Amino acid sequence: MSELQFRDPKLARSMAATLDRLVRETGRKIAVMHVCGSHEQAIAKYGLRSLFPKSLEVIMGPGCPVCVTDVPEVDESVLIAAQGARIATFGDMLKVPGSVKSLADAQASGAKIDIVYSPQQAVEIARSTKEEVVLFATGFETTAVATAAVILDNPPPNFSVLSVHKYIPPVMEIIAEMPESRIEGFLAAGHAATITGSAVFEPFVERHKIPVVIAGFEPNDIMAGLVELVELIRAKTPHVVNMFPRCVTLEGNLAAQKQLWRVFRPMGGRWRGIAHVPNGNLRLRDEFAHLDARKRFPIDLTSLWDYAPPALAGQCICGDIMAGIRNPNDCRLFNRECVPENPVGACMVSNEGTCKIWHLYGGVPDLEASA
Amino acid sequence: MCLGVPGKVIEVRDSVAVVDFWGVRKEVRLDIVDENVVPGDYILNHVGFAIRRIPPESIAETLALYEMLLAQEGDDLMSLDVRSEIEASS
Amino acid sequence: MTAILLPFTGGRVTLKQGGGGRAMRALIERLFVRDFATMPFDGVGVDAMDDGAAIRIGDDWLVITTDSHVIHPIVFPGGDIGRLSISGTVNDLAMMGATRVLGLTCSIILEEGFSLDSLEAIQRSMIATCREANAPVVTGDTKVMGRGEIDGLVINTCGIGLTRTLVRDNGLHTGDRIIVTGNIAEHGLAVMAARHGIEFEGDLVSDVAPMNGMIDSILSDAALADAVTAMKDPTRGGVASALHEMASKSNVGIVLQERSLPMTDAVRSVGELLGIDPLHVANEGKALLGVRADAVDQILARLHEHPLGRNATVIGTCGEERRGAIILDTGFGRRLLAEPEGEPLPRIC
Repeated sequence: MSELQFRDPKLARSMAATLDRLVRETGRKIAVMHVCGSHEQAIAKYGLRSLFPKSLEVIMGPGCPVCVTDVPEVDESVLIAAQGARIATFGDMLKVPGSVKSLADAQASGAKIDIVYSPQQAVEIARSTKEEVVLFATGFETTAVATAAVILDNPPPNFSVLSVHKYIPPVMEIIAEMPESRIEGFLAAGHAATITGSAVFEPFVERHKIPVVIAGFEPNDIMAGLVELVELIRAKTPHVVNMFPRCVTLEGNLAAQKQLWRVFRPMGGRWRGIAHVPNGNLRLRDEFAHLDARKRFPIDLTSLWDYAPPALAGQCICGDIMAGIRNPNDCRLFNRECVPENPVGACMVSNEGTCKIWHLYGGVPDLEASA
Repeated sequence: MCLGVPGKVIEVRDSVAVVDFWGVRKEVRLDIVDENVVPGDYILNHVGFAIRRIPPESIAETLALYEMLLAQEGDDLMSLDVRSEIEASS
Repeated sequence: MTAILLPFTGGRVTLKQGGGGRAMRALIERLFVRDFATMPFDGVGVDAMDDGAAIRIGDDWLVITTDSHVIHPIVFPGGDIGRLSISGTVNDLAMMGATRVLGLTCSIILEEGFSLDSLEAIQRSMIATCREANAPVVTGDTKVMGRGEIDGLVINTCGIGLTRTLVRDNGLHTGDRIIVTGNIAEHGLAVMAARHGIEFEGDLVSDVAPMNGMIDSILSDAALADAVTAMKDPTRGGVASALHEMASKSNVGIVLQERSLPMTDAVRSVGELLGIDPLHVANEGKALLGVRADAVDQILARLHEHPLGRNATVIGTCGEERRGAIILDTGFGRRLLAEPEGEPLPRIC
């Protein structure tokens, strides 16, 4: 494949020049948001921020499903692990804090945790043992379809799912409706849109008159996505534009959507450090109650409360930080109670979270571009 | 979110494909992908599942999108310079 | 059934504190270095937190190092715990200049029920590695613990060597180049894939090997030895962690050229599949050398002659910008490189 062109720095610099011209033509500062942890990872990995024009602020939104997994959801997994079940989960879930402990802490106390790469692997572990195996299933719709596929593939009776899957489109509404939000455009996640299709964003654009550009994850995909997004803002033409046509179609992956909605139903719930997101969580439908870990194991969250430290989460301002309204120095927990080793909010959990980055580098990981 | 990596299908057995990811091969499940996948196809992998068959012509389509963005920039000397370099190297 | 409560009192050591990087260094500094370093001692001691210690004996330095090896799985693509336990200690000696090993000790703690066949295979692997490194095991100890009291086996090795050319990890100067002696991240990714049951077909094998022969080919040549300003092997925490340590101890900044980093397609690809940065992944047969700019070509040429050094290449330059930090130049832009915290794990986003 044409990896060379997708990763060609010269092409990227040329797009950066275009981006700079477009932002200058608007004569003001522009803030846009991406809602995808992988976009941030790619921006960081390739050092793209040093190419962005100074007047363009690219804010990392609530795009990391692991980081927005809420405290009680982690508590549920810890309590199931305490009953002797094996928890199979993705590596990024391990250190996300619950009210008392993370799964990594539970592991240190003897809980059985398997790090898996795929939901399929969790099923294979269940097939190889008589123990109860619980897939602590995190991720957006892209990952939820994989969980749906293993649920529909007749898993063994000792397998169940603790679903904390999240659904992206509703949270964009929350951000767009924040009264102080400065976000003028969204860069949507190409892999999630591979499932949902680009059309899923049309009602959003219609309602909020904010453009949405779907972008891929190669450095030049991101640069091209930003150029298109700023052009739409400059021209005051709020549309949905698909800049990732090699993976995203108008209607998306219909077979995957069918499996997704057959297995899951949307439900409102809190996203860590952000807000209650209507229809933002994906829970198993009643038809699959026999595979639902919440039905199989007694989970008494109040049993943790005696041990819980004072609720710090209430003081966390991640939501405002993600919306670009405030910065980490405005948070009274930042670098005191909330540090990477003991994170409170989503922005300190994520490797590329704003608070983590400010903590590690004093806020300036990106240096002037090389000659 | 959602780490996705493209790879080339080497072999298909029922609902599983053996996919080559530039030097390593891995089994990938085909339950979710909405098109028929055959050896030689490119697929997008996420957590061990193919979520999309990538049509070969769509690569060119994306690159054409890039070109279009640069074409808007005809008066920019730097981009002209870069475009000629890209053409020279391709 | 009611939920059984886990014992929540007090802090506990977590796996993160054994994974290299910040968490581990903080634990070691707090627990051991501060107090052990108060006893009088002439040489490079525990407070230096180098690859080993060096004790002055006349004109020579006696270098001593110890390492306990636990790895799951015990046998992995490209090696096993036996080869690892010899290579790890031989390499720590070599990184301080002691390329000719006087002797090794080997202490094994076994779990009741451990397979004797496996033990013999591990022992054969140790002997083969000792021969390769020309490093004799001269004494040892064996203990058996009850089933479940340890996981399989633990091997501790200790090594000593003499050298006139003591090389530290803190001697980098502005203008020095950083050489890595070959393809990075192979050990850590191969072991991780095996450990988490992530099946790949292809060339993903550990690079575990004793490097004293390769390093000796440089240090035994006085002109070249003089141009080596620092050495470190990028084991746990990978190249990122080792360079951070070297930069901060030497008080220089290092500009790392991302596109110069040597790695196989398999490593690049598995790194992308699992969401793991190869810079954070352990190596067990690679060294980072700080080298004076005028000697770079000669040292590279010498490394290329050795089978372990065929892919040696310059990956960075030391400077005054951002002392103590690593600046990653990606070709797109420049960014400070974070130090890894704990062991990298496969992730989904």
